[in-house]
Amino acid sequence: MSLKTAAAGGNVKHHKEPLFHLVKRTDIATWKKWLIRIVTVAAALLLSGIVCAVLTDGSNFIGFYEQLFRGAFGSTWRIQVLFQSWAILMCISLAVTPAFKMRFWNIGAEGQTLIAALASVTVIMYLGGKVPNAVLILVMLAASILAGAVWGAIPAIFKAQWGTNETLFTLMMNYVATQLVLFSVNAWAKDGSGTLGVLNYGSFDGLFGLEYIQNVVFVTVLTVIVFIYLKFSKHGYELEVVGESVNTAKYIGINVKKVIIRTMIFSGVMCGFAGFLLVGGSPTPTVNGTLVGGRGFTAILVSWLSKFSPVAMVFVTLLVVFLERGSSQAANSMRLGDTAAFEDIVVGLFFLLIIACEFFINYKVKFRKKEGK
Amino acid sequence: MKLKKVLALVLIVALLAAVGVALVACDPEDEFKVGFIFLHDESSTYDKNFIDAAREATSALGLSDSQVLFRTNVPESEECYNAARDLVDEGCDIIFADSFGHEQYMLQAAREFPDVQFCHATGTRAHTEGVANYHNAFASIYEGRYLAGIAAGMKLVDMYGDENDALTDEEAKIGYVGAYTYAEVISGYTSFYLGVKSIVPNVTMEVTFTGSWYDETAEREGASLLISRGANLISQHADSMGAPSACEQEDIPNVSYNGSTEASCPDTFIVSSRINWVPYFNYMITQVQNGEAIAADWTGTLENGAVVLTDVGAAAAAGTQDAINAAREKLIAGTLEVFNTANFTVTKTDTLNVNATVDNGVLTAYMADVNYDEAFAADTQVVANGVFEESAYRSAPYFDVRIDGITLLNQKF
Repeated sequence: MSLKTAAAGGNVKHHKEPLFHLVKRTDIATWKKWLIRIVTVAAALLLSGIVCAVLTDGSNFIGFYEQLFRGAFGSTWRIQVLFQSWAILMCISLAVTPAFKMRFWNIGAEGQTLIAALASVTVIMYLGGKVPNAVLILVMLAASILAGAVWGAIPAIFKAQWGTNETLFTLMMNYVATQLVLFSVNAWAKDGSGTLGVLNYGSFDGLFGLEYIQNVVFVTVLTVIVFIYLKFSKHGYELEVVGESVNTAKYIGINVKKVIIRTMIFSGVMCGFAGFLLVGGSPTPTVNGTLVGGRGFTAILVSWLSKFSPVAMVFVTLLVVFLERGSSQAANSMRLGDTAAFEDIVVGLFFLLIIACEFFINYKVKFRKKEGK
Repeated sequence: MKLKKVLALVLIVALLAAVGVALVACDPEDEFKVGFIFLHDESSTYDKNFIDAAREATSALGLSDSQVLFRTNVPESEECYNAARDLVDEGCDIIFADSFGHEQYMLQAAREFPDVQFCHATGTRAHTEGVANYHNAFASIYEGRYLAGIAAGMKLVDMYGDENDALTDEEAKIGYVGAYTYAEVISGYTSFYLGVKSIVPNVTMEVTFTGSWYDETAEREGASLLISRGANLISQHADSMGAPSACEQEDIPNVSYNGSTEASCPDTFIVSSRINWVPYFNYMITQVQNGEAIAADWTGTLENGAVVLTDVGAAAAAGTQDAINAAREKLIAGTLEVFNTANFTVTKTDTLNVNATVDNGVLTAYMADVNYDEAFAADTQVVANGVFEESAYRSAPYFDVRIDGITLLNQKF
């Protein structure tokens, strides 16, 4: 049944068996998997609490958990901020998913989102106040989606036509986007301070009467669309086949180049939408080099942890933003100083442990039996 | 299978939410609270200066930890507005933010919450915006930099001066690392330069900009560049330890900003000017506690204790402290003016100093951009009685004249 018996049965040359080897698990029960995951999340939280206690000379172990929840759910406003953060991270996570399902290593979501935000801001800078707000917002949407799509399509075309490395290409596109933003901001900020400040036009925050909620609505709709696209559409099937095996895809008559480019454009469009929400969906539209703030990379982890399932992604994203908001509040209330670092520690512990746990769910470690058993 | 997964996740989230709601059930009581929003944390000399002052002022006023709320690492983005609103929810009566780029977010929050006082350091808009609960504060730090410049000049004389305390042009060359080519920085390096010039008349200075308020690598490289070009002393207006540590490595004297760097740079630290925010924090808190209004635009000075110099370092020349004290008295008495137009010359070209009126190299009039508007138009005559009146029409600096003797190696807007 296991690999071990297969190996022992063969008539192979004897050499020293390694101390341990890994065996793929195939038979683990679903409830066991989930038990392991839940225990892992609890362990990550426990470790974070211990880190917090150490940093505060032992005075704040329980306080950490209290502040964690307060920071995320402590007031109506905090819940709104939590879901606003959820919407953006979720949107980008959805965006990277089709490409990863196709095994296209797109790490350019950060740049695609940023360039889309820049496109929206460019529209505001040149049309703001000159056209009705509804028209302005529609033009922003179109510009953002176009910018995101172009930023996604460029590496895809190069990959499909000339086989360039998409990881390096998309990474470089991030830097290009950041520099373009810095260049534009410096050109627009006439006072020389290097910051653009809040723009007076282009915000559609409060569209449904509740601040910060319209993004959540849009992204929820997008989640359903992506779910249907991946699960029930021909496109979704094709990109999955390309991901499993390019040769199989070719054999059954799939135009691989077309699928790669099409899927990356779709990813880029969704990143573009995220960039549009980051600008227009905020009460304070602006752009700067750190607007996306690494969410383009966090989204990759979220997408993989969710095993590319949009439904699982809803909850993984929520868990991540909950940890971010909560740990930031904990660090602030305990005067830990570098709140960003503490946030990174808590979220980092979570990712580290959960990835390790996925490994042990999929593989079993077998140690060498003692000599002369 | 899928359903089970979903169910499990739903249960986790529900559980987390339930615990959260339970913990939050107790409301904060209604006591006096001050909230502080900082751009970075204590690893930035800029923010450390504010954080230390906030601690000192609030504890001196007897406020407990639960009455003083800190938000560190708040970027100049929507996050600032989020943090301000969060502090309003927490029951803060005053909310203070420390970075220039926070201004519009603070202003927006101020408009939405008229019952809370919003105070903002380094901003420029309170005196014209007409929002009663929004206030700016800054200090006449150019006076502090001028005094630090005197210490720098004396160090140069100490190192290179001949029997008449004169220096060759090569010896009298110094450098300055700035963040942006922007009034606050220009005012700072010019006043520093004029301080040095009061001791070393033939001093020249090269300035390089990093294009960031906090970029340790760029600041270190900027200082190294200036030193390689022959600068014999360096000062800076940026927030990391980049420039001071580069100076310590090259054994070049350094005049610091925002606080002493003597602990890490014992051989090269001369003196540091800084804004002491304790007087302002004191003022803003006591005004609110007494039910009185906070000034729209508050300027800290040498006299009210907001502009201070650290003790001079062991590397400084003998007699530095006395010279600083003497000049300080004169500045307070008004017998000495940093931007006395007789002390520097100005060259006007088609692209440089376009807002200046220059007569034989002497600045006789200057239209500065004091009042905020979208076009950043020059709007106020600021030269009077032979003096460029810095920090008189608003607290934040507006001196952006390019004077002779200072060469900009690059510009970063």
